[in-house]
Amino acid sequence: MAERTQKQKPVPARTEETVTDAPAAAPQGEKLKAELDDLLDEIDEVLETNAEDFVKSYVQKGGE
Amino acid sequence: MAIAKVCGIETEYGILVRGADSNPVAASSVLINAYVSGVLRKVGWDYEDEHPGNDARGFTYEDVFAPEIETHLVNAVLTNGARYYVDHAHPEISTPECLDAREIVRWDRAAEEVVRASMDAAKRLLGDGSEIVTYKNNSDGKGNSYGCHENYLVDRATPFGRIVAQITPHFVSRQVFCGAGKVGSEFAGTSSKTVPYQISQRADFFEEEVGLETTLKRPIVNTRDEPHCDAQKYRRLHVIVGDANMAEVATYLKVGTTAIMLAMIEDDAVGTDLTLANPVAAIRQISHDPTLKRTVLLREGKRVTALELQWALLERAQKYERSHGLEAVGDRVGSDVLAKWETVLTGLESDRASVAPWVDWVAKQRLIDAYAERHGIEPGENRLKALDLQYHDLRADKCLAKRVGLATMIDEADVRSAMTEPPTTTRAYFRGRCLQKWPNDIVAANWDSLVFDIGRDPLRRVPMMEPLRGTADHVGALLDECDTAAELLTRLGS
Repeated sequence: MAERTQKQKPVPARTEETVTDAPAAAPQGEKLKAELDDLLDEIDEVLETNAEDFVKSYVQKGGE
Repeated sequence: MAIAKVCGIETEYGILVRGADSNPVAASSVLINAYVSGVLRKVGWDYEDEHPGNDARGFTYEDVFAPEIETHLVNAVLTNGARYYVDHAHPEISTPECLDAREIVRWDRAAEEVVRASMDAAKRLLGDGSEIVTYKNNSDGKGNSYGCHENYLVDRATPFGRIVAQITPHFVSRQVFCGAGKVGSEFAGTSSKTVPYQISQRADFFEEEVGLETTLKRPIVNTRDEPHCDAQKYRRLHVIVGDANMAEVATYLKVGTTAIMLAMIEDDAVGTDLTLANPVAAIRQISHDPTLKRTVLLREGKRVTALELQWALLERAQKYERSHGLEAVGDRVGSDVLAKWETVLTGLESDRASVAPWVDWVAKQRLIDAYAERHGIEPGENRLKALDLQYHDLRADKCLAKRVGLATMIDEADVRSAMTEPPTTTRAYFRGRCLQKWPNDIVAANWDSLVFDIGRDPLRRVPMMEPLRGTADHVGALLDECDTAAELLTRLGS
């Protein structure tokens, strides 16, 4: 491995193809909290109407 | 020197029929057929070279233990190089072979979109208002688990015992960033009182450190020795310990960090001082403690938290980058994985909410806790379990994971194109392009060959034993130039 030991850390070239940083690497806690509140406000329209029945009916065969 | 970490993910989706009676096997078949019949001529899978009973430790199980292959079930190859099939009682997609973690995220997301399109197609096909719904999770909350398996190309020359010993600490502790989160526990002797929420979907189901099983007595390190390529040169490490992720960055880190660890093991750059005294207990103890404070015992007597284990592994990986480079996992992606690995550990340690866009179990826990608080719901109530399940619902309008602000890495257009286009960087390119161009001339396909029928006997099998041959660089021009499959076969000299 001697020939590789001096290998420089590659400089990340920021092209279109480059792995982009996810936008929320260190988002504001308050912003997240507000978004969560908004989600809770609207979530009831989306949620399964009968949680009891839904959870009971969700039975899977083991896989793999 | 470490070899390229060609990799893939195979995901079994949970399945539920709403508005009609149906068994999951039939429903899975309808789902897949609805998609396949709409988009391509079905090319069957070829089982000639499948040997899931071979064990990496050097022996072969007789049929008693060998996983069964259900040849009568639906089984299709997609033009993106993926395999879409019914496995046991679940629809399953294996991504095409990818070259790095970023490609994995793209084709794993594409697989999700294929399943989503399948649900729409099946709904139209059924036409009676009933609906087949799929879930990208790993447990029904009642003791039944189904898998999201990763596969990595490993040098056959690397002693398997070294892989087992040195990858286990990562498999036990990586869940801190790639656990998908679960309400409650399915481990005997626990309850929603003792474990109201845990980090991993899967940790409750592991009973052995190493072994061949995937459905019973699941091992942390699976020994299936079925390389689907040149067995003299390579292994395919089959990883069954992971959760299916909704968060793209979680998938990226799961595969990216594991690929780096395996490259390090090939170059013998990990060491054995992080060996756990009892990995099976440790994976569960870590999962059952979302505070991340629980310590587990190392064989040499020290107690460490999962985060401390991860920091130790990350430091070794950073040192490895300096000493060896990260060519085996893609230099640029490798460096980015290391940076994000550090960011996620820092966030988990000091500002948990900051990593919610990256980490499923954190995002889900915030949702569950906030909902429970607002509505005064006690741990153990099914309303919380329903939220957990619905986090993984793949219907676009129902999926809660789509609403919690998860970060994305791949442009939507790139996800859509990956539903039909293969990666250009592996042999999946040859498979996918041939299926696009000559679907009527291909009678069967599997990972390491294509079988052509060009109207003359015998059938022609084109072997693809090298995962990095058949890329766009190698065969792109050839495939462009050939008008017929017969011409291709002539020029390939087969």
